[in-house]
Amino acid sequence: MTTFEATRLVAARELRTKLRDKAFLYSTAFFLVIVIASIVLPAILGGGPTKVATAVPAATAPLRQAGFEVVEVTDVTAAERLLRDGEVEAAVVPGPEVLAMEEPPSEVVAALSVAPPVRLLEAGDLDPFLKFLIPSILAMLFFITSYTYGLQIAQSVIEEKQTRIVEILVSSVSVRALLAGKVAAMTLLAFGQIALLALVAFVGMKVTDVDTGVVNAVGPALGWFLPFFVLGFLMLATVWAGVGALASRQEEITSTSSPVQMAVLIPFFAVLFLQDNAEAQRILSYIPFSSPIAMPIRTFNGDAAAWEPLVSLLILAVTAVLLLAAGARIYQGSLMRTRQKTSLLAAWKNA
Amino acid sequence: MTTVLNVDAVNRSFGDRHVLKDVSFAVDAGRLTGFVGANGAGKTTTMRIILGVLGAQSGEATWRGAPITREVRQRFGYMPEERGLYPKMSVAEQVVYLGRLHGMSAADAKARTATLLDRLDLGPRAGDLVEKLSLGNQQRVQIAAALVHEPELLVLDEPFSGLDPLAADTVVAVLRERSAAGAAVLFSSHQLDLVERLCDDLVIIADGTIRASGPRSYLREQYALPRYSIEVDADAGWLRDEPGVTLVELDGPRAVLDLTPETDDQKILRAALDRGPVRSFGPVRPSLAEIFREVIQ
Repeated sequence: MTTFEATRLVAARELRTKLRDKAFLYSTAFFLVIVIASIVLPAILGGGPTKVATAVPAATAPLRQAGFEVVEVTDVTAAERLLRDGEVEAAVVPGPEVLAMEEPPSEVVAALSVAPPVRLLEAGDLDPFLKFLIPSILAMLFFITSYTYGLQIAQSVIEEKQTRIVEILVSSVSVRALLAGKVAAMTLLAFGQIALLALVAFVGMKVTDVDTGVVNAVGPALGWFLPFFVLGFLMLATVWAGVGALASRQEEITSTSSPVQMAVLIPFFAVLFLQDNAEAQRILSYIPFSSPIAMPIRTFNGDAAAWEPLVSLLILAVTAVLLLAAGARIYQGSLMRTRQKTSLLAAWKNA
Repeated sequence: MTTVLNVDAVNRSFGDRHVLKDVSFAVDAGRLTGFVGANGAGKTTTMRIILGVLGAQSGEATWRGAPITREVRQRFGYMPEERGLYPKMSVAEQVVYLGRLHGMSAADAKARTATLLDRLDLGPRAGDLVEKLSLGNQQRVQIAAALVHEPELLVLDEPFSGLDPLAADTVVAVLRERSAAGAAVLFSSHQLDLVERLCDDLVIIADGTIRASGPRSYLREQYALPRYSIEVDADAGWLRDEPGVTLVELDGPRAVLDLTPETDDQKILRAALDRGPVRSFGPVRPSLAEIFREVIQ
């Protein structure tokens, strides 16, 4: 049997077990519910087009054209009453004058006025809120995926050590196949879950007819997010396996995995908190631990030159290869030490 | 009798503890070889080195004269001392998986798992999760896991510890079947009576050195003391005064005695017959426990 075949067998078992694991299924269902709710609920609660009352017959046509539901009233008093009752959100009365409760209804005003043509020199087709929201969501997604799936890799390694089945496994297949199978399965699961959520979100937005700007904006952004995500995930995957192998019992995982946890946590918060500091973002977008988040955000915002993500991706790839090897070495050096926690140094020397 | 496995001058230390010192022995195909030694004598370390789970610092184990590669090892079956199975996997799935890791096709692994589980009286539990099984049944699954791919060499570390007598009998029968089918079986145990009943060959290890090895009958002869037992009708106390005789035990008409090398046992027999009827007279064969005690000193 080749290492590849062994890897495939290990990965298949890993996938089967996980797909039957209730905790995994529930958490996936939970995320799906959140995604669906966040798309469908606003559409339902938003409740159709905005109603506008008008006492000016001439305003009816332009308002309808702008997509408002028009309620025609005879005088100002009736218009005010509808407004105060909350039946309509704005009213047009002779003058012409626009009435509203607390905030000026800019859309109604816009529908009734003639705006001069606008020409943007640097056209951004996205509203600033989305411009902030989309990268943050993607950063969060990377952070959560990298952290939870990394931890699961570590746990699955410890399970094999703690139950001692590892001795049988290692006597039949190579340690490398064991590690590769595990990492491959978890990577597939992680990105499978993301793809499922993305698909549901996409279909949801199409169905509920949410602002297509979001859909259009996320598309090209994914182009850079995806390679950075995959490499960033793989970079730490074997390290997670390595620190998992250092522990001999599940209880020890917190202490043995703390360096990797920091390698995931610190870059994430650094990118998030230094969002307005362009220089910091530039540096963070080259450091391999933070670049999977920082560089795609910079390209998304149009702050990076065309060559920058390529260089950063290269740095990330080289680091990933080095860490894959280091993680594998730690894994190999500590896998058979089932009696107590292994120190990093001992594992390194033992390999 | 073909020697298939050779362990040749293997050394291994953990830190400054020299655990195996020039360990050498051979295991033959079609025979059951018992690996006997006190706790910490080096049995598990030796087995782990044969299975490639641990490396030897010098010396090596060979299979049919060639180094043991991963391909060769695929045809080995192993039951480690510390039992291990995936608790959340079903019995059959687990055995099939381990069969496939040893290079079996999915169909073969499934078919063989089904027969093996039936043979080990686990048929009805095939779909249960391992963690739901009693410890004894988990042990049987462990045996199935080591046997599923019909290995040419079976290495079992303390296969009988934790087994109830009934399960132990089943396991003995299964091991005999495998060895009759031509497989080499090496198993360690500290239950000397069981090893004595079961084994064709023996390897005795103490403090990391092999003290004795070979066919059981050969060892018995080699370590046979010049010891005899006798039963006569009257009191056997007169033996005390016979030249070349040391009385080991005297109980009225029954006695156990050691002879000096130059003393002829037939002369003692004749002397006894001169005094009256002799009901029994013969050499005392040492039990494995006695051989063991003697060689590890």
